[in-house]
Amino acid sequence: MSHHIVELKDVYFHYPDRTEALKGISFKILHGESVGIAGANGAGKTTLLLNLNGHLLPTEGEISIGEVPLCKKTRQEIRKKVGFVFQRTDDQLFMPTVYEDVAFGPVNLGLTEAKVDERVRNALEMVGCLHLSSRPPHRLSEGQKKAVAIATVMAMNPDILVMDEPASNLDPKSRRQLINLLRGFEHTKIIASHDLDLILDVCERCIIIKEGRVVADGYTEEILSNETLLEENNLELPLSRQYLHIKQPF
Amino acid sequence: MTFDTEYFNIGYLDSLSYKDTFVHRIDPRVKLIVTFIFILVVVSFPKYELSSLMPFFVYPVFLLTAGDVPIRAIAKKVLFISPFAIFIGIFNPLLDTKVMVTVLGIPITGGWISFFSIIVKFILTVSTALLLIAVTSFPGICEALERLKLPRIFVIQLLFLYRYLFVLLKETLRMVRARDARSFGKRGKEIKTFIRLISVLLLRTLEKAERIYQAMLSRGFRGEIRVSKRHRLKYHDIIFAIFSISIFFLFRNFDVVDYIGEILNRSFR
Repeated sequence: MSHHIVELKDVYFHYPDRTEALKGISFKILHGESVGIAGANGAGKTTLLLNLNGHLLPTEGEISIGEVPLCKKTRQEIRKKVGFVFQRTDDQLFMPTVYEDVAFGPVNLGLTEAKVDERVRNALEMVGCLHLSSRPPHRLSEGQKKAVAIATVMAMNPDILVMDEPASNLDPKSRRQLINLLRGFEHTKIIASHDLDLILDVCERCIIIKEGRVVADGYTEEILSNETLLEENNLELPLSRQYLHIKQPF
Repeated sequence: MTFDTEYFNIGYLDSLSYKDTFVHRIDPRVKLIVTFIFILVVVSFPKYELSSLMPFFVYPVFLLTAGDVPIRAIAKKVLFISPFAIFIGIFNPLLDTKVMVTVLGIPITGGWISFFSIIVKFILTVSTALLLIAVTSFPGICEALERLKLPRIFVIQLLFLYRYLFVLLKETLRMVRARDARSFGKRGKEIKTFIRLISVLLLRTLEKAERIYQAMLSRGFRGEIRVSKRHRLKYHDIIFAIFSISIFFLFRNFDVVDYIGEILNRSFR
Protein backbone atom coordinates (compact mmCIF):
# COMPACT_ATOMS: atom_id res chain seq x y z
CA MET A 1 0.00 0.00 0.00
CA SER A 2 1.29 3.39 -0.90
CA HIS A 3 1.55 5.95 1.84
CA HIS A 4 1.47 9.05 -0.30
CA ILE A 5 5.00 9.95 0.61
CA VAL A 6 6.40 12.83 -1.39
CA GLU A 7 10.11 12.58 -1.74
CA LEU A 8 12.52 14.87 -3.58
CA LYS A 9 16.13 13.84 -4.01
CA ASP A 10 18.51 16.57 -5.09
CA VAL A 11 16.15 18.10 -7.63
CA TYR A 12 17.52 20.59 -10.13
CA PHE A 13 15.44 22.45 -12.64
CA HIS A 14 16.26 25.07 -15.21
CA TYR A 15 13.90 26.62 -17.71
CA PRO A 16 14.64 26.37 -21.44
CA ASP A 17 16.09 29.90 -21.28
CA ARG A 18 18.68 28.61 -18.78
CA THR A 19 17.20 30.36 -15.76
CA GLU A 20 18.06 28.07 -12.90
CA ALA A 21 15.03 27.86 -10.67
CA LEU A 22 15.80 24.86 -8.45
CA LYS A 23 19.32 24.03 -7.36
CA GLY A 24 19.32 20.78 -5.49
CA ILE A 25 16.19 20.49 -3.40
CA SER A 26 15.69 17.47 -1.16
CA PHE A 27 12.94 16.77 1.33
CA LYS A 28 10.51 14.09 2.30
CA ILE A 29 6.90 14.68 3.21
CA LEU A 30 5.07 11.92 5.03
CA HIS A 31 1.50 10.77 4.81
CA GLY A 32 -0.96 13.30 6.27
CA GLU A 33 1.61 16.01 6.88
CA SER A 34 0.84 19.65 6.17
CA VAL A 35 3.81 21.56 4.89
CA GLY A 36 4.03 25.25 4.19
CA ILE A 37 6.50 26.50 1.63
CA ALA A 38 7.65 30.08 2.02
CA GLY A 39 10.28 32.26 0.41
CA ALA A 40 10.87 35.55 -1.34
CA ASN A 41 9.36 36.36 -4.72
CA GLY A 42 11.19 34.40 -7.36
CA ALA A 43 12.69 31.95 -4.86
CA GLY A 44 11.28 29.02 -6.84
CA LYS A 45 8.10 28.16 -4.99
CA THR A 46 5.84 27.92 -8.01
CA THR A 47 8.46 26.06 -10.04
CA LEU A 48 8.77 23.56 -7.21
CA LEU A 49 5.01 23.00 -7.11
CA LEU A 50 4.80 22.57 -10.87
CA ASN A 51 7.47 19.90 -10.57
CA LEU A 52 5.40 17.98 -8.05
CA ASN A 53 2.67 17.49 -10.59
CA GLY A 54 4.80 16.71 -13.61
CA HIS A 55 3.97 19.92 -15.47
CA LEU A 56 7.67 20.50 -15.33
CA LEU A 57 10.06 17.60 -15.10
CA PRO A 58 13.28 17.99 -13.10
CA THR A 59 16.37 18.37 -15.26
CA GLU A 60 18.31 16.46 -12.62
CA GLY A 61 17.42 14.54 -9.50
CA GLU A 62 14.41 12.45 -8.67
CA ILE A 63 10.88 13.00 -7.42
CA SER A 64 8.73 10.15 -6.20
CA ILE A 65 5.16 10.35 -5.10
CA GLY A 66 3.63 7.45 -3.21
CA GLU A 67 6.77 5.48 -4.04
CA VAL A 68 6.20 5.94 -7.79
CA PRO A 69 9.02 7.81 -9.50
CA LEU A 70 7.70 10.81 -11.41
CA CYS A 71 8.48 10.77 -15.11
CA LYS A 72 6.72 11.35 -18.41
CA LYS A 73 5.11 7.92 -18.33
CA THR A 74 3.80 8.04 -14.80
CA ARG A 75 2.66 11.62 -14.61
CA GLN A 76 -0.88 10.87 -15.79
CA GLU A 77 -1.27 8.47 -12.88
CA ILE A 78 0.39 10.82 -10.44
CA ARG A 79 -1.95 13.64 -11.39
CA LYS A 80 -4.82 11.52 -10.15
CA LYS A 81 -3.23 11.50 -6.71
CA VAL A 82 -2.00 15.06 -6.59
CA GLY A 83 -4.73 17.69 -6.59
CA PHE A 84 -3.38 21.02 -7.75
CA VAL A 85 -5.07 24.30 -6.84
CA PHE A 86 -3.65 27.06 -9.00
CA GLN A 87 -3.04 30.58 -7.87
CA ARG A 88 -5.35 32.20 -10.38
CA THR A 89 -8.90 30.98 -10.25
CA ASP A 90 -9.66 32.14 -13.78
CA ASP A 91 -7.09 29.68 -15.03
CA GLN A 92 -8.46 26.88 -12.91
CA LEU A 93 -12.12 27.33 -13.75
CA PHE A 94 -12.44 26.92 -17.49
CA MET A 95 -15.85 25.34 -17.96
CA PRO A 96 -19.02 27.38 -18.54
CA THR A 97 -20.74 26.49 -15.27
CA VAL A 98 -19.58 25.61 -11.78
CA TYR A 99 -21.15 22.17 -11.95
CA GLU A 100 -19.46 21.23 -15.21
CA ASP A 101 -16.17 22.54 -13.94
CA VAL A 102 -16.26 20.40 -10.82
CA ALA A 103 -17.41 17.46 -12.94
CA PHE A 104 -14.52 17.84 -15.39
CA GLY A 105 -12.02 15.86 -13.31
CA PRO A 106 -14.33 13.00 -12.29
CA VAL A 107 -15.55 12.65 -15.90
CA ASN A 108 -11.94 12.32 -17.04
CA LEU A 109 -11.39 9.66 -14.40
CA GLY A 110 -13.97 7.66 -16.33
CA LEU A 111 -16.63 7.50 -13.63
CA THR A 112 -20.27 6.78 -14.40
CA GLU A 113 -22.72 9.66 -14.61
CA ALA A 114 -24.31 8.92 -11.24
CA LYS A 115 -20.94 8.63 -9.58
CA VAL A 116 -19.80 11.91 -11.11
CA ASP A 117 -22.92 13.61 -9.85
CA GLU A 118 -22.32 12.29 -6.35
CA ARG A 119 -18.70 13.44 -6.36
CA VAL A 120 -19.64 16.90 -7.60
CA ARG A 121 -22.35 17.33 -5.00
CA ASN A 122 -20.11 16.17 -2.17
CA ALA A 123 -17.26 18.41 -3.22
CA LEU A 124 -19.49 21.48 -3.56
CA GLU A 125 -21.20 20.69 -0.27
CA MET A 126 -17.81 20.43 1.42
CA VAL A 127 -16.84 23.98 0.41
CA GLY A 128 -20.36 25.29 0.95
CA CYS A 129 -21.05 26.18 -2.67
CA LEU A 130 -23.75 23.75 -3.71
CA HIS A 131 -26.15 26.62 -4.37
CA LEU A 132 -23.79 28.03 -7.01
CA SER A 133 -23.72 24.93 -9.18
CA SER A 134 -25.56 26.34 -12.20
CA ARG A 135 -23.75 29.70 -12.19
CA PRO A 136 -21.09 30.63 -14.73
CA PRO A 137 -17.69 31.34 -13.09
CA HIS A 138 -17.63 34.95 -14.24
CA ARG A 139 -20.61 35.64 -12.01
CA LEU A 140 -18.86 34.57 -8.79
CA SER A 141 -16.92 36.61 -6.28
CA GLU A 142 -13.23 35.92 -5.82
CA GLY A 143 -13.88 34.04 -2.57
CA GLN A 144 -16.53 31.86 -4.19
CA LYS A 145 -14.23 31.16 -7.13
CA LYS A 146 -11.49 30.04 -4.76
CA ALA A 147 -13.86 27.71 -2.91
CA VAL A 148 -15.10 26.26 -6.20
CA ALA A 149 -11.51 25.84 -7.40
CA ILE A 150 -10.83 23.76 -4.30
CA ALA A 151 -14.00 21.76 -4.95
CA THR A 152 -12.84 20.97 -8.50
CA VAL A 153 -9.79 19.33 -7.02
CA MET A 154 -11.55 17.66 -4.09
CA ALA A 155 -14.00 16.01 -6.51
CA MET A 156 -11.11 13.90 -7.78
CA ASN A 157 -10.43 12.48 -4.30
CA PRO A 158 -6.73 13.28 -4.34
CA ASP A 159 -4.37 11.97 -1.68
CA ILE A 160 -2.16 15.01 -1.79
CA LEU A 161 -3.31 18.60 -2.04
CA VAL A 162 -0.94 21.13 -3.57
CA MET A 163 -1.90 24.78 -3.38
CA ASP A 164 -0.26 27.90 -4.73
CA GLU A 165 -1.17 31.02 -2.73
CA PRO A 166 -4.59 29.77 -1.64
CA ALA A 167 -5.55 32.92 0.26
CA SER A 168 -4.53 35.61 -2.23
CA ASN A 169 -7.25 38.20 -2.94
CA LEU A 170 -9.58 36.89 -0.26
CA ASP A 171 -11.34 39.07 2.25
CA PRO A 172 -10.57 38.27 5.91
CA LYS A 173 -13.73 36.24 6.48
CA SER A 174 -13.31 34.16 3.31
CA ARG A 175 -9.69 33.65 4.27
CA ARG A 176 -10.70 32.40 7.72
CA GLN A 177 -13.26 30.04 6.15
CA LEU A 178 -10.58 28.72 3.83
CA ILE A 179 -8.22 28.11 6.75
CA ASN A 180 -10.91 26.22 8.64
CA LEU A 181 -11.65 24.21 5.52
CA LEU A 182 -7.99 23.32 5.05
CA ARG A 183 -7.61 22.34 8.69
CA GLY A 184 -10.53 19.97 8.23
CA PHE A 185 -8.84 18.03 5.41
CA GLU A 186 -6.86 14.97 6.35
CA HIS A 187 -4.89 14.97 3.11
CA THR A 188 -1.22 15.55 2.80
CA LYS A 189 -1.05 19.26 2.12
CA ILE A 190 1.67 21.29 0.47
CA ILE A 191 0.93 25.00 0.54
CA ALA A 192 3.09 27.70 -0.97
CA SER A 193 2.20 31.12 0.41
CA HIS A 194 3.39 34.49 1.55
CA ASP A 195 0.61 34.48 4.12
CA LEU A 196 2.70 33.21 7.01
CA ASP A 197 -0.21 33.38 9.43
CA LEU A 198 -2.06 30.98 7.21
CA ILE A 199 0.91 28.62 7.22
CA LEU A 200 1.10 28.97 10.97
CA ASP A 201 -2.56 28.04 11.31
CA VAL A 202 -2.64 25.17 8.83
CA CYS A 203 0.79 23.59 8.67
CA GLU A 204 2.84 21.99 11.39
CA ARG A 205 5.93 21.97 9.20
CA CYS A 206 7.49 24.72 7.15
CA ILE A 207 10.15 24.78 4.45
CA ILE A 208 11.87 27.99 3.45
CA ILE A 209 13.36 28.25 -0.01
CA LYS A 210 15.93 30.75 -1.14
CA GLU A 211 17.29 30.97 -4.66
CA GLY A 212 16.27 27.43 -5.44
CA ARG A 213 17.66 25.83 -2.29
CA VAL A 214 16.11 24.73 0.97
CA VAL A 215 17.46 26.99 3.70
CA ALA A 216 15.25 25.85 6.55
CA ASP A 217 13.02 22.87 7.18
CA GLY A 218 11.36 22.18 10.51
CA TYR A 219 8.49 22.93 12.85
CA THR A 220 6.49 25.93 11.72
CA GLU A 221 6.44 27.36 15.24
CA GLU A 222 10.24 27.40 15.39
CA ILE A 223 10.93 28.60 11.88
CA LEU A 224 8.34 31.33 11.80
CA SER A 225 9.57 32.82 15.06
CA ASN A 226 13.18 33.03 13.89
CA GLU A 227 13.29 36.67 12.98
CA THR A 228 16.74 36.79 11.39
CA LEU A 229 16.00 33.79 9.17
CA LEU A 230 12.76 35.34 8.02
CA GLU A 231 14.31 38.70 7.30
CA GLU A 232 17.05 37.11 5.22
CA ASN A 233 14.30 35.71 3.03
CA ASN A 234 12.30 38.90 2.51
CA LEU A 235 9.77 37.64 5.03
CA GLU A 236 8.50 39.02 8.31
CA LEU A 237 7.31 37.55 11.56
CA PRO A 238 3.69 36.47 11.18
CA LEU A 239 1.35 39.17 12.49
CA SER A 240 0.19 37.01 15.37
CA ARG A 241 3.82 36.58 16.49
CA GLN A 242 4.56 40.29 16.16
CA TYR A 243 1.80 40.96 18.62
CA LEU A 244 3.37 38.64 21.19
CA HIS A 245 6.69 40.28 20.56
CA ILE A 246 5.44 43.74 21.42
CA LYS A 247 3.48 42.50 24.40
CA GLN A 248 6.40 40.78 26.12
CA PRO A 249 8.37 43.80 27.48
CA PHE A 250 5.36 45.05 29.44
CA MET B 1 -15.65 55.46 -20.77
CA THR B 2 -17.08 53.71 -23.79
CA PHE B 3 -15.25 50.49 -23.16
CA ASP B 4 -16.83 50.17 -19.71
CA THR B 5 -20.34 50.55 -21.06
CA GLU B 6 -19.70 48.05 -23.85
CA TYR B 7 -18.40 45.55 -21.33
CA PHE B 8 -21.46 45.85 -19.15
CA ASN B 9 -23.76 45.66 -22.18
CA ILE B 10 -22.45 42.24 -23.08
CA GLY B 11 -22.75 41.14 -19.50
CA TYR B 12 -26.32 42.42 -19.43
CA LEU B 13 -27.58 40.22 -22.25
CA ASP B 14 -25.86 37.29 -20.56
CA SER B 15 -27.41 38.02 -17.19
CA LEU B 16 -30.89 38.08 -18.75
CA SER B 17 -30.41 34.51 -19.89
CA TYR B 18 -30.18 33.27 -16.29
CA LYS B 19 -33.73 34.27 -15.38
CA ASP B 20 -36.26 31.58 -14.74
CA THR B 21 -39.43 31.91 -16.80
CA PHE B 22 -41.49 29.54 -18.92
CA VAL B 23 -39.48 30.42 -22.03
CA HIS B 24 -36.17 30.02 -20.21
CA ARG B 25 -37.19 26.53 -19.13
CA ILE B 26 -37.98 25.25 -22.64
CA ASP B 27 -35.40 22.77 -23.87
CA PRO B 28 -32.70 24.76 -25.72
CA ARG B 29 -32.81 22.31 -28.62
CA VAL B 30 -36.48 23.08 -29.18
CA LYS B 31 -35.90 26.82 -29.00
CA LEU B 32 -32.98 26.57 -31.40
CA ILE B 33 -34.91 24.53 -33.97
CA VAL B 34 -38.08 26.59 -33.71
CA THR B 35 -36.13 29.81 -34.11
CA PHE B 36 -34.21 28.40 -37.03
CA ILE B 37 -37.42 27.40 -38.79
CA PHE B 38 -38.90 30.81 -37.98
CA ILE B 39 -35.99 32.54 -39.69
CA LEU B 40 -36.18 30.26 -42.71
CA VAL B 41 -39.90 30.85 -43.11
CA VAL B 42 -39.55 34.63 -42.80
CA VAL B 43 -36.72 34.74 -45.31
CA SER B 44 -38.63 32.55 -47.78
CA PHE B 45 -41.25 35.25 -48.53
CA PRO B 46 -41.03 36.83 -51.99
CA LYS B 47 -39.53 40.27 -52.24
CA TYR B 48 -42.75 42.30 -52.66
CA GLU B 49 -44.41 40.73 -49.62
CA LEU B 50 -45.06 43.08 -46.77
CA SER B 51 -48.47 42.66 -45.17
CA SER B 52 -48.26 38.89 -44.73
CA LEU B 53 -44.97 39.28 -42.81
CA MET B 54 -46.73 41.22 -40.07
CA PRO B 55 -48.31 38.27 -38.21
CA PHE B 56 -44.81 36.90 -37.62
CA PHE B 57 -44.16 39.58 -35.04
CA VAL B 58 -46.16 37.35 -32.72
CA TYR B 59 -43.16 35.12 -32.08
CA PRO B 60 -40.56 37.73 -31.01
CA VAL B 61 -43.24 39.54 -29.00
CA PHE B 62 -44.06 36.26 -27.29
CA LEU B 63 -40.40 35.65 -26.39
CA LEU B 64 -40.08 39.23 -25.24
CA THR B 65 -43.06 39.23 -22.92
CA ALA B 66 -43.00 35.65 -21.67
CA GLY B 67 -39.23 35.78 -21.25
CA ASP B 68 -39.43 39.03 -19.30
CA VAL B 69 -36.85 40.71 -21.54
CA PRO B 70 -36.80 44.52 -21.51
CA ILE B 71 -37.55 45.72 -25.04
CA ARG B 72 -34.91 48.47 -24.85
CA ALA B 73 -32.07 45.98 -24.59
CA ILE B 74 -33.10 44.26 -27.80
CA ALA B 75 -34.22 47.38 -29.69
CA LYS B 76 -30.89 49.09 -29.14
CA LYS B 77 -28.94 46.18 -30.55
CA VAL B 78 -31.24 45.84 -33.56
CA LEU B 79 -30.86 49.56 -34.24
CA PHE B 80 -27.11 49.25 -33.91
CA ILE B 81 -26.77 46.77 -36.78
CA SER B 82 -29.64 48.17 -38.88
CA PRO B 83 -27.32 50.12 -41.25
CA PHE B 84 -26.37 46.80 -42.85
CA ALA B 85 -29.96 46.05 -43.78
CA ILE B 86 -30.68 49.62 -44.83
CA PHE B 87 -27.74 49.65 -47.23
CA ILE B 88 -28.82 46.40 -48.80
CA GLY B 89 -32.18 47.87 -49.78
CA ILE B 90 -31.46 51.57 -50.08
CA PHE B 91 -31.23 51.64 -53.88
CA ASN B 92 -34.38 49.61 -54.47
CA PRO B 93 -36.68 52.68 -54.58
CA LEU B 94 -34.41 54.29 -57.21
CA LEU B 95 -34.05 51.26 -59.43
CA ASP B 96 -37.52 49.82 -59.26
CA THR B 97 -39.96 52.62 -60.08
CA LYS B 98 -42.91 50.56 -61.25
CA VAL B 99 -46.02 51.70 -59.38
CA MET B 100 -47.54 48.75 -57.53
CA VAL B 101 -50.37 50.26 -55.50
CA THR B 102 -51.91 53.65 -54.88
CA VAL B 103 -52.77 54.53 -51.32
CA LEU B 104 -54.93 57.64 -50.82
CA GLY B 105 -53.81 58.91 -54.21
CA ILE B 106 -50.08 58.45 -53.47
CA PRO B 107 -48.42 56.03 -55.88
CA ILE B 108 -46.16 53.51 -54.14
CA THR B 109 -43.44 51.91 -56.23
CA GLY B 110 -42.21 48.32 -56.07
CA GLY B 111 -38.85 49.60 -54.87
CA TRP B 112 -40.26 51.03 -51.69
CA ILE B 113 -42.25 47.89 -50.97
CA SER B 114 -39.24 45.62 -51.43
CA PHE B 115 -37.13 48.00 -49.33
CA PHE B 116 -39.55 47.84 -46.43
CA SER B 117 -39.89 44.11 -46.90
CA ILE B 118 -36.12 43.80 -46.37
CA ILE B 119 -36.29 45.98 -43.26
CA VAL B 120 -39.16 44.00 -41.75
CA LYS B 121 -37.43 40.70 -42.48
CA PHE B 122 -34.28 42.08 -40.90
CA ILE B 123 -36.06 43.22 -37.74
CA LEU B 124 -37.88 39.90 -37.42
CA THR B 125 -34.85 37.66 -37.87
CA VAL B 126 -32.28 39.70 -35.92
CA SER B 127 -34.54 40.43 -32.96
CA THR B 128 -35.54 36.77 -32.75
CA ALA B 129 -31.92 35.64 -32.82
CA LEU B 130 -31.05 38.13 -30.07
CA LEU B 131 -34.05 37.04 -28.05
CA LEU B 132 -32.99 33.43 -28.38
CA ILE B 133 -29.69 34.36 -26.72
CA ALA B 134 -31.49 36.42 -24.09
CA VAL B 135 -33.80 33.58 -23.06
CA THR B 136 -31.34 30.70 -23.37
CA SER B 137 -28.09 30.58 -21.45
CA PHE B 138 -25.05 30.22 -23.66
CA PRO B 139 -24.06 26.85 -22.21
CA GLY B 140 -27.64 25.77 -22.95
CA ILE B 141 -27.23 26.67 -26.61
CA CYS B 142 -23.91 24.84 -26.73
CA GLU B 143 -25.54 21.78 -25.21
CA ALA B 144 -28.27 21.97 -27.86
CA LEU B 145 -25.70 22.26 -30.67
CA GLU B 146 -23.78 19.30 -29.31
CA ARG B 147 -26.90 17.17 -29.08
CA LEU B 148 -27.96 18.21 -32.56
CA LYS B 149 -24.72 16.61 -33.70
CA LEU B 150 -22.64 19.67 -34.45
CA PRO B 151 -18.98 18.55 -34.43
CA ARG B 152 -17.80 18.64 -30.84
CA ILE B 153 -14.69 20.66 -31.58
CA PHE B 154 -16.85 23.64 -32.58
CA VAL B 155 -18.99 23.35 -29.48
CA ILE B 156 -15.92 23.30 -27.25
CA GLN B 157 -14.52 26.33 -29.04
CA LEU B 158 -17.76 28.15 -28.31
CA LEU B 159 -17.70 27.12 -24.66
CA PHE B 160 -14.18 28.42 -24.20
CA LEU B 161 -15.04 31.57 -26.11
CA TYR B 162 -17.89 32.20 -23.71
CA ARG B 163 -15.83 31.46 -20.62
CA TYR B 164 -12.83 33.57 -21.53
CA LEU B 165 -14.58 36.38 -23.36
CA PHE B 166 -15.40 37.92 -20.00
CA VAL B 167 -11.96 37.30 -18.54
CA LEU B 168 -10.27 38.86 -21.56
CA LEU B 169 -12.64 41.81 -21.63
CA LYS B 170 -12.00 42.45 -17.96
CA GLU B 171 -8.27 42.30 -18.55
CA THR B 172 -8.60 44.81 -21.39
CA LEU B 173 -10.82 46.97 -19.26
CA ARG B 174 -8.17 47.13 -16.56
CA MET B 175 -5.47 48.03 -19.07
CA VAL B 176 -7.59 50.73 -20.68
CA ARG B 177 -8.33 52.19 -17.25
CA ALA B 178 -4.64 52.15 -16.34
CA ARG B 179 -3.81 53.93 -19.58
CA ASP B 180 -6.53 56.53 -19.08
CA ALA B 181 -5.35 57.19 -15.54
CA ARG B 182 -1.96 58.25 -16.80
CA SER B 183 -2.81 59.94 -20.08
CA PHE B 184 -4.25 63.38 -20.18
CA GLY B 185 -6.31 64.70 -23.00
CA LYS B 186 -5.09 63.35 -26.31
CA ARG B 187 -1.57 62.50 -25.25
CA GLY B 188 -1.09 58.85 -24.44
CA LYS B 189 -4.03 57.76 -26.52
CA GLU B 190 -2.25 57.65 -29.86
CA ILE B 191 -2.31 54.62 -32.11
CA LYS B 192 1.22 53.80 -30.92
CA THR B 193 0.17 53.05 -27.37
CA PHE B 194 -2.87 51.20 -28.68
CA ILE B 195 -0.63 48.86 -30.67
CA ARG B 196 1.48 48.17 -27.58
CA LEU B 197 -1.63 47.55 -25.54
CA ILE B 198 -2.84 44.99 -28.05
CA SER B 199 0.51 43.22 -28.21
CA VAL B 200 0.75 42.99 -24.43
CA LEU B 201 -2.76 41.60 -24.41
CA LEU B 202 -1.78 38.95 -26.94
CA LEU B 203 1.23 37.89 -24.86
CA ARG B 204 -0.87 37.71 -21.72
CA THR B 205 -3.44 35.62 -23.55
CA LEU B 206 -0.77 33.16 -24.65
CA GLU B 207 0.55 32.86 -21.11
CA LYS B 208 -2.94 32.41 -19.81
CA ALA B 209 -3.62 29.69 -22.37
CA GLU B 210 -0.55 27.87 -21.13
CA ARG B 211 -1.73 28.04 -17.52
CA ILE B 212 -5.24 26.93 -18.41
CA TYR B 213 -3.85 23.98 -20.29
CA GLN B 214 -1.82 23.00 -17.23
CA ALA B 215 -4.94 23.26 -15.09
CA MET B 216 -6.77 21.01 -17.53
CA LEU B 217 -3.96 18.46 -17.58
CA SER B 218 -3.82 18.32 -13.82
CA ARG B 219 -7.43 17.24 -13.83
CA GLY B 220 -6.87 14.42 -16.25
CA PHE B 221 -7.58 16.12 -19.59
CA ARG B 222 -6.69 13.87 -22.50
CA GLY B 223 -8.05 15.72 -25.46
CA GLU B 224 -11.73 15.28 -24.83
CA ILE B 225 -14.34 17.38 -23.08
CA ARG B 226 -17.79 16.05 -22.42
CA VAL B 227 -20.57 18.60 -22.60
CA SER B 228 -22.96 17.85 -19.80
CA LYS B 229 -26.58 17.06 -20.58
CA ARG B 230 -28.88 18.84 -18.23
CA HIS B 231 -32.06 19.08 -20.24
CA ARG B 232 -34.56 16.40 -20.96
CA LEU B 233 -37.28 16.75 -23.56
CA LYS B 234 -40.60 17.25 -21.78
CA TYR B 235 -44.23 17.36 -22.86
CA HIS B 236 -44.50 21.09 -22.91
CA ASP B 237 -41.37 21.34 -25.08
CA ILE B 238 -42.94 19.19 -27.77
CA ILE B 239 -46.26 21.02 -27.53
CA PHE B 240 -44.45 24.35 -27.84
CA ALA B 241 -42.57 23.12 -30.89
CA ILE B 242 -45.60 21.68 -32.69
CA PHE B 243 -47.77 24.68 -31.86
CA SER B 244 -45.31 27.33 -32.99
CA ILE B 245 -44.15 25.55 -36.12
CA SER B 246 -47.70 24.94 -37.29
CA ILE B 247 -48.51 28.59 -36.70
CA PHE B 248 -45.52 29.60 -38.81
CA PHE B 249 -46.73 27.41 -41.65
CA LEU B 250 -50.24 28.77 -41.30
CA PHE B 251 -48.91 32.33 -41.60
CA ARG B 252 -46.74 31.30 -44.52
CA ASN B 253 -49.41 29.61 -46.59
CA PHE B 254 -52.50 31.67 -45.80
CA ASP B 255 -52.56 35.41 -45.95
CA VAL B 256 -53.95 35.95 -42.48
CA VAL B 257 -53.98 39.74 -42.75
CA ASP B 258 -56.01 39.55 -45.95
CA TYR B 259 -58.40 37.10 -44.36
CA ILE B 260 -58.99 39.29 -41.29
CA GLY B 261 -59.48 42.30 -43.56
CA GLU B 262 -62.11 40.42 -45.53
CA ILE B 263 -63.99 39.40 -42.37
CA LEU B 264 -63.99 42.98 -41.14
CA ASN B 265 -65.12 44.21 -44.55
CA ARG B 266 -68.01 41.76 -44.61
CA SER B 267 -69.19 42.57 -41.11
CA PHE B 268 -69.24 46.30 -41.80
CA ARG B 269 -71.19 45.96 -45.00
